Amino acid sequence: MLLAGSGPSLQEAAAYAASCHPSVSKVLVADSDRFMHPLAEPWARLIQLVQQRENFSHIVAASGSFGKNILPRAAALLDVSPVTDVIEISESTKFVRPIYAGNALCTVRYTGAHPCMLTIRSTSFQAQPDSTDSKAHKAPISQVDLSTFEEDTIGKSQYVKLTSQESERPDLGNARIVVTGGRGLKSAENFKMLEKLAEKLGAAVGATRAAVDAGFVPNDLQVGQTGKIVAPELYLAFGVSGAIQHLAGMRDSKVIVAVNKDADAPIFQVADYGLVGDLFEVIPELLEKLPEKN
Amino acid sequence: MKIMVAVKRVVDYAVKIRVKPDKTGVETKNVKMSMNPFCEIALEEALRIRESGLASEVVAVSIGPAQCVDTLRTGLAMGADRGIHVESQDGLNPLSVAKVLRALVEAEKPGLFILGKQAIDDDCNQTGQMLAGLLKWPQGTFASKVTLDKEKQVATVDREVDGGIETVLLDLPAVITTDLRLNQPRYATLPNIMKAKSKVIKKHTPGDLNVEMKSDLEVLQVTEPPKRKAGVIISSVDELIDKLKDEARVI
Repeated sequence: MLLAGSGPSLQEAAAYAASCHPSVSKVLVADSDRFMHPLAEPWARLIQLVQQRENFSHIVAASGSFGKNILPRAAALLDVSPVTDVIEISESTKFVRPIYAGNALCTVRYTGAHPCMLTIRSTSFQAQPDSTDSKAHKAPISQVDLSTFEEDTIGKSQYVKLTSQESERPDLGNARIVVTGGRGLKSAENFKMLEKLAEKLGAAVGATRAAVDAGFVPNDLQVGQTGKIVAPELYLAFGVSGAIQHLAGMRDSKVIVAVNKDADAPIFQVADYGLVGDLFEVIPELLEKLPEKN
Repeated sequence: MKIMVAVKRVVDYAVKIRVKPDKTGVETKNVKMSMNPFCEIALEEALRIRESGLASEVVAVSIGPAQCVDTLRTGLAMGADRGIHVESQDGLNPLSVAKVLRALVEAEKPGLFILGKQAIDDDCNQTGQMLAGLLKWPQGTFASKVTLDKEKQVATVDREVDGGIETVLLDLPAVITTDLRLNQPRYATLPNIMKAKSKVIKKHTPGDLNVEMKSDLEVLQVTEPPKRKAGVIISSVDELIDKLKDEARVI
């Protein structure tokens, strides 16, 4: 595993990584102010540097905004084609990835030189439980030598800030239940009703692109082809029409419920349970009748 | 300053695609093709920057078969000053495309390169990042806002990331990839469509630019995703809660 950052919390993370799973054989730590923020330019250079020394067969990152930003740049530095957004690993060089917003699946074989670089869609893979063995396997931790990390050859970028919403809601990416609102919610104010429902269910709140574009909610709630990909046990879509691009982000949910006034809305074609009705009546009724979460 | 924009010709976003029965790919014959929506946004942003006086020229480039000229003409009609078509019959892959674009950057020397975040056909989301890596330029990907400071030669980019909006400051020249909320692209007006006919599109081949269009990836098959079991329409909230509790057992 490769970790980069700076300071004591980095070393703590490294200690955790070293014993989190028996298949971790080594932890590499790059400790420097350069890595205080997740900037692509130093990170890609770091991956290139480490690969040139260690010659790994595969380099893998999760397909979130961090992995998507840095891995392709690192691949270009190493002159290889990465495979991004992998949903299935069939063999060590054979992968499946979605194309056309998930309306087709493409099986590819990587025929290039080492390293084979991948970003993987975390919702398509099971998380490994953390090692609970007290005589836990502890992989050696080694510090990456950054003395040849030439500063001036990297394009200059500077991290300014991250603007995010504070929330006690579970993380959208791994919540067991997701409650999503679309354009049918009609206003930011109305999303509060959805949040109450999410609170009652212990759910995360999601949104369609339309709802984010309209300013009802911030962008980090967007579920879809170009937003977050989610695969919860239960996905409840209120006032969501079901555009292809939204379905791309939630079609792997175990159970899909749709509530929409329009009986012809495409969402009903993917919903396991569809209720044709007014969400402004359905949500209050649900709030009243749903059992309290344990 | 010159701005270069790469635009890709793809299956129109509204088309319901069909997987070919022989599983070799997606049917694109007789299917409506358009400029990739993210590329439209990239071009729109370049045009706005030029219109605000911070750039002098917008050059649109497209790589692919002869019909890419149509995509470039649309770009010229939107307002790009000139176009470059790199003709290639081979399948496009991000690394080869990035190498072609690098060669063009070395010839044209733009101060800013704007691309769409991803193409809606392959959904790769790689080309901009690769181009930036090859050029050793800083990158501002998934941009939802771009502000240029000509004096200081920097771009402030707001990026849509998992945790919210991240703001970065990039020294120019830089690569920016556009996310959906960056802007609303303009429609080409009829007078501009007419004017576009006389704008120049220069032709190249990857060979002229010393790039080999080869791929490290072999497509083995293209298939449809597994179909979901058909659902049911229910008639009341009570019934919904029952089903979720007793049938689906998710609450």
